[in-house]
Amino acid sequence: MSSKTMRLNLKIWRQKGPKANGKMVDYTLNEVNPEMSFLEMMDVLNQQLVERGDEPVAFDHDCREGICGMCSMFINGRAHGPMTGTTTCQLHMRHFNDGDTIVIEPWRASAFPVIKDLMVDRSAFDRIIQAGGYISVNTGSAPDANALPIPKENADMAFDAATCIGCGACVATCKNASAMLFVGAKVSQLSLLPQGQPEREERAIRMVEQMDKEGFGNCTNTGACEVECPKGISIENIARMNREYLRAKLVQK
Amino acid sequence: MSVLNSKIPAGPLADKWKNHKNSIRLVNPANKRSIDVIVVGTGLAGASAAASLAEMGYKVKAFCFQDSPRRAHSIAAQGGINAAKNYRNDGDSVHRLFYDTIKGGDYRSREANVHRLAEVSVNIIDQCVAQGVPFAREYGGLLDNRSFGGVQVSRTFYAKGQTGQQLLLGAYSALSRQVSVGQVKMYHRHEMLDVVMVEGKARGIIARNLVTGELERHSAHAVLLCTGGYGNVFFLSTNAMGSNVTATWKAHRKGAFFANPSFTQIHPTCIPVSGDYQSKLTLMSESLRNDGRIWVPKKQNDERRPVDIPEDERDYYLERRYPAFGNLVPRDVASRAAKERCDAGYGVGQSKMAVYLDYASAIQRYGTLEANKLGEIQPSAQRITELGTQVVASKYGNLFEMYAKITGDNPYETPMRIYPAVHYTMGGLWVDYNLMSNLPGLFVLGEANFSDHGANRLGASALMQGLADGYFVVPYTLGDYLADDIRTGSISTQDPAFDEAERSVQDQINRLMSIGGSKSVDYFHKALGKIMWDKCGMARSEEGLKQAISEIQALREEFYAQVRVPGSANEMNPELEKAIRVADFLELGELMCYDALNRNESCGGHFREEYQTEDGEALRDDENFAYVAAWEYGQGKAPILHKEDLNFENVKPSTRSYK
Ligand SMILES: Cc1cc2nc3c(=O)[nH]c(=O)nc-3n(C[C@H](O)[C@H](O)[C@H](O)COP(=O)(O)OP(=O)(O)OC[C@H]3O[C@@H](n4cnc5c(N)ncnc54)[C@H](O)[C@@H]3O)c2cc1C
Ligand code: FES
Repeated sequence: MSSKTMRLNLKIWRQKGPKANGKMVDYTLNEVNPEMSFLEMMDVLNQQLVERGDEPVAFDHDCREGICGMCSMFINGRAHGPMTGTTTCQLHMRHFNDGDTIVIEPWRASAFPVIKDLMVDRSAFDRIIQAGGYISVNTGSAPDANALPIPKENADMAFDAATCIGCGACVATCKNASAMLFVGAKVSQLSLLPQGQPEREERAIRMVEQMDKEGFGNCTNTGACEVECPKGISIENIARMNREYLRAKLVQK
Repeated sequence: MSVLNSKIPAGPLADKWKNHKNSIRLVNPANKRSIDVIVVGTGLAGASAAASLAEMGYKVKAFCFQDSPRRAHSIAAQGGINAAKNYRNDGDSVHRLFYDTIKGGDYRSREANVHRLAEVSVNIIDQCVAQGVPFAREYGGLLDNRSFGGVQVSRTFYAKGQTGQQLLLGAYSALSRQVSVGQVKMYHRHEMLDVVMVEGKARGIIARNLVTGELERHSAHAVLLCTGGYGNVFFLSTNAMGSNVTATWKAHRKGAFFANPSFTQIHPTCIPVSGDYQSKLTLMSESLRNDGRIWVPKKQNDERRPVDIPEDERDYYLERRYPAFGNLVPRDVASRAAKERCDAGYGVGQSKMAVYLDYASAIQRYGTLEANKLGEIQPSAQRITELGTQVVASKYGNLFEMYAKITGDNPYETPMRIYPAVHYTMGGLWVDYNLMSNLPGLFVLGEANFSDHGANRLGASALMQGLADGYFVVPYTLGDYLADDIRTGSISTQDPAFDEAERSVQDQINRLMSIGGSKSVDYFHKALGKIMWDKCGMARSEEGLKQAISEIQALREEFYAQVRVPGSANEMNPELEKAIRVADFLELGELMCYDALNRNESCGGHFREEYQTEDGEALRDDENFAYVAAWEYGQGKAPILHKEDLNFENVKPSTRSYK
């Protein structure tokens, strides 16, 4: 198996802090093993930078198995790189070739300001959830879990929407930096479940309003978000959210 | 008399918790408003605690080092969560879950705690469903279950292979709701670097704002540590990259006892190491052992492709050695059995440190069932495989995909290669029945405490414990402690104790920044990991542990002379964050070796080579070691051991047998 190692040219966005100007910097990396993950390749680069006395490249990551949503690199013009259904941490170097040039940038969206290098501030997503992405039930007041059967089909659809990892690839990919896929997924999950019904209207309105307040752009139905979403969240969730929102506005009046 | 008082309530086992709840003191709603609580960590344990306490009216400050509470390591839990609901009608009960957990833990946990855990398990599922957690359901609309290792009932609730994600998002949504109403103030990208003790009580923390590098003081009437496990002391583990021991270790240095630190769970089914650049290991959920069969070739160094090895030349060693439980033996047993086969030369793959986890027969079995269901008469072999593959994909699809992405192999066609890896730490800060450490006002929840799993945790029980602690235990027991504080008023951060704690954190940071050596933090972390894995991992011996202790001491010295932390402390600096964590791991590792050396027996995940039966099973010594080893910080000298005797009044410890 031990395939030949590769030599790569990396062009990486370096930015000292939120207010500093950033620029692309070139690095060459030899002996990249194709079995490595993309972030392990970055570790190797950073190791060399530290040993040389330079500052390593800052990037977000934690679980390294595609579920925490922390990693967030824009690789060769695509959120999370060339493979579909894959987060940056799950991308492996076997999908690149010896001699390749790889351009690595942070998520770019005004609602996601850069903190340092490839790290951005995604707290806008938390504030959208705080605006209504929950069911108001206090601890200890729940009825028996099987008291309310939920048709498997609805439960499965709710689950599919709920698998969003909040990484922000949808925003980074969208030419308008829209967060509709992220918000649509949460609105859909909760509106598909009987437990979510009492707050259905209020939730849709509050979450959409918060999204607008955070400075995310509009959805113009280009569908790029769905393509780049590492969890394959369907764009149908946006349609459902729009219906929920309109319905809520009607009910409100 | 031991200095440890576990505060286990009197009375019959099944009534202890009920009676305790009815007799402990409460804080009335008006008084809760003037009480501050700090919750460090917002994984399952912390988010559930913070949300529940805020709902009750306490003013909560919550901290996590990630950029959002939704990213805590709990998110990665795959397989499921146990609860004694008995929805299958297969004989499950609170007592059986209690019994399985005590036995699974190899009789090294407290009966009273474990029984309480089993009791509240049923409430957890109710709570999560009410929050909108989309658990798997059957066609009738009711909740589905699967089986996990070490038990003979089906009591595990799940959401595909993403149960942790769904549970954490449920707790995160409850937390978010409290943030929105102002009951919780959330501090993300903050790392706690010390606990502040004022007049003998935990009254605050020092935290570093990871974006600006600033040190901050936060005060409260009680501090809850919900900071997860410390498996990353081994460098390679299934934990997230940031998982660390710093919060609990700093508390240990301030006097909190560390209990059973060497009790580590090595999970049998992980993707094997592929090279020295490896940064972490990936778990293949235990749920795969429901349907997958584990085997190695009967011939040593067999180079054939797995599909070319005929049935009768395969050794399904778990089914052979443990016919009653087969592939579903507990984790410690399965891990050791894999190591035994590989050490004996039967391992597979390039490194020969792997065994096969095979889905071929499950695909055939499900395919045939499905064809029958569809009324297809005499389906072709290809059709059966196709249908079976669909069924397996619907159950385990995301795990199979994960495997394919990492290894480049297709696990539907060729068996997966797996090997044990560090996964979970049963040890943690010592707590009493109320989840309070020996430091007044310092509570410890979730994986960070030692409380419920003894020497080995059963699958799907960590999620249960984290949520039990946060939703259903601490909201009661904290009130009993805080009842004394209703007139205290807010705690000043100007107290000299805060000055001193902040100064010592600042000193440590200055020290690390000024070493200016030539080696990266990872270099030391990897070196420590190797010592721990070789000498305090799946098999331990007196000689190896003694060597490990002196090697770790030497490595620590080298660290403080040779490490290089680039950048400055007044900015986002991930290398500095790592350096602080690794400095603590370098102390913890040594304590783990002391603990493993002290325990002259084998139990659960702790396997001392000197103490085994003739056929290689763990040999426990109840006469001399039926105790919790709680270690006091040695202040630079050897740690001091305190023992809490374990009394078994309801189950009689017996030799664990899964044969
Ligand atoms: C891959 C994997 C799969 C698993 N699958 C299962 C399963 O199927 N079923 C099961 O029951 N268990 C499973 N487990 C175990 C289970 O997930 C964990 O034990 C459990 O989630 C731990 O929860 P916790 O709340 O205690 O800690 P965590 O979720 O680890 O949360 C720790 C929190 O503390 C914060 N923190 C840590 N240190 C600091 C600090 N110094 N300052 C500020 N904040 C800090 C972090 O930011 C985080 O918010 C699995 C574990 C792994 C690794
Ligand atoms: S690091 Fe968690 S999703 Fe990539």
